[in-house]
Amino acid sequence: MIRTEFLCKSFGSLNVLKDISTEIKKGQVVAIIGPSGCGKSTFLRCLNLLEVPTRGRVYIDDVEVTHPKTDIKKVRQNVGMVFQHFNLFPHMTVLKNVTYAPIKVKKIRTPEAEALGMELLKQVGLEEKAGVYPSRLSGGQKQRVAIARALAMQPQVMLFDEPTSALDPEMVKEVLEVMKGLATTGITMAIVTHEMGFAREVADRIMFLDGGYVAEDSPPAEFFSNPKSERACQFLEKVL
Amino acid sequence: MVLDLIEPTLHIPNLLNLAQAGGLNLDFSQIAPNIPFILGGIGTTLAFTLVSAFFGFTWGTILSIFKISNIKPLKWFADFYTSVFRGTPLILQLAIIYFSSPQVIGYAIPPFQAGVITFSLNSAAYSSETIRGGILAVDKGQREAALTMGVPYTMMMWDIILPQAFKNILPALVNESIALLKDSSLVSTVGALDLMRRGQIVAAEKFIYFEPLIIVGLVYYIMVTGFTWLAQRFEKRMRRSD
Repeated sequence: MIRTEFLCKSFGSLNVLKDISTEIKKGQVVAIIGPSGCGKSTFLRCLNLLEVPTRGRVYIDDVEVTHPKTDIKKVRQNVGMVFQHFNLFPHMTVLKNVTYAPIKVKKIRTPEAEALGMELLKQVGLEEKAGVYPSRLSGGQKQRVAIARALAMQPQVMLFDEPTSALDPEMVKEVLEVMKGLATTGITMAIVTHEMGFAREVADRIMFLDGGYVAEDSPPAEFFSNPKSERACQFLEKVL
Repeated sequence: MVLDLIEPTLHIPNLLNLAQAGGLNLDFSQIAPNIPFILGGIGTTLAFTLVSAFFGFTWGTILSIFKISNIKPLKWFADFYTSVFRGTPLILQLAIIYFSSPQVIGYAIPPFQAGVITFSLNSAAYSSETIRGGILAVDKGQREAALTMGVPYTMMMWDIILPQAFKNILPALVNESIALLKDSSLVSTVGALDLMRRGQIVAAEKFIYFEPLIIVGLVYYIMVTGFTWLAQRFEKRMRRSD
């Protein structure tokens, strides 16, 4: 589903991603973890070209995203993204946030888009908030709306960039519950997270990034109980 | 409206009165019949301001998008444009457009048209900077959220970025509109029959300056106050999503 080959990204003289070749299979849930500044978010943002890789290639569904002739807008419609800071549109109601792209980009008729939107809001437990503006929502509710908004494009891949890092502790769970539910639907998910418990429980695979490389890539049971690399050991000692 | 010229003899006593009183001597009754003529300029001034603001802000928005674009020539053009219109007096720009267009393009441009064109071009230069600031102040996450859903650039600008930018810069645009309303009095210099010009005509015909000009000033003040009130109500409505 997602494949990267020799992916490199530098910001000026700072080499954030040095060489990442990996593959995420259809339906897989991958948790990307690692110390801060290791390039987790940059890696995720390279997948849908929010950051343009300095070198290397990214394929999504066998389409080379990094190819200059690729229509990136088309690819992005198939790749939903959830941000740390939600990025809801503040001037639109919750339902409009969810239906905007389906109506405007996919050209779905309004009643159908609204029906789908309500369905998704129900899925994230917020159907009663359809008519309110995002400013009236708590952080956890905003993030759940953001998930519904991304799902409204009916993507095959969902990217989560630290979805619970900006939330108050008591709101983390409601968002993780929604994501847990989503993981069972067979959608491909790549999640940058600091929630080790969640990663262990939900992910099929842990990708541990360090210093711009994939330092370790293994199933959660193995990663958490028996990490192979020294860096992963050190990291787990600090966070667990 | 044709103004009746008043017999010269009629205002001699008035001047004498003034001299005798040796102080402030206001007599609005003298120009009472001319007040409707002065007020007739409200329409011109208002139409002038609204049309100029509309074209000015539209052109200003386009220029601001040029300024933030990656296409260097567009950016250069917009920056140069702004420097020219900000770097020369408005009254000079008006004079050039009004007096030289017959010579340059062979078209005797009516005063109103010349005024609207000058003021739109000038106001666009100022507002483009304000709008550019407003666009840049919109959180970059908004752009990213739109991009990740495959929203095309124009749609993103129109539906997501500009509404938020305009909401934030509304007070600055109200300021610009008020400046435009008052600066519109400069069209009196090319003979458009706006409020200012009409006040001057009455003053010149009756040799009474203070009263008609005070009336003109009062009308401008009321218009600006009314406009401010409307803008505040509009701003409140825009803030309902906060």
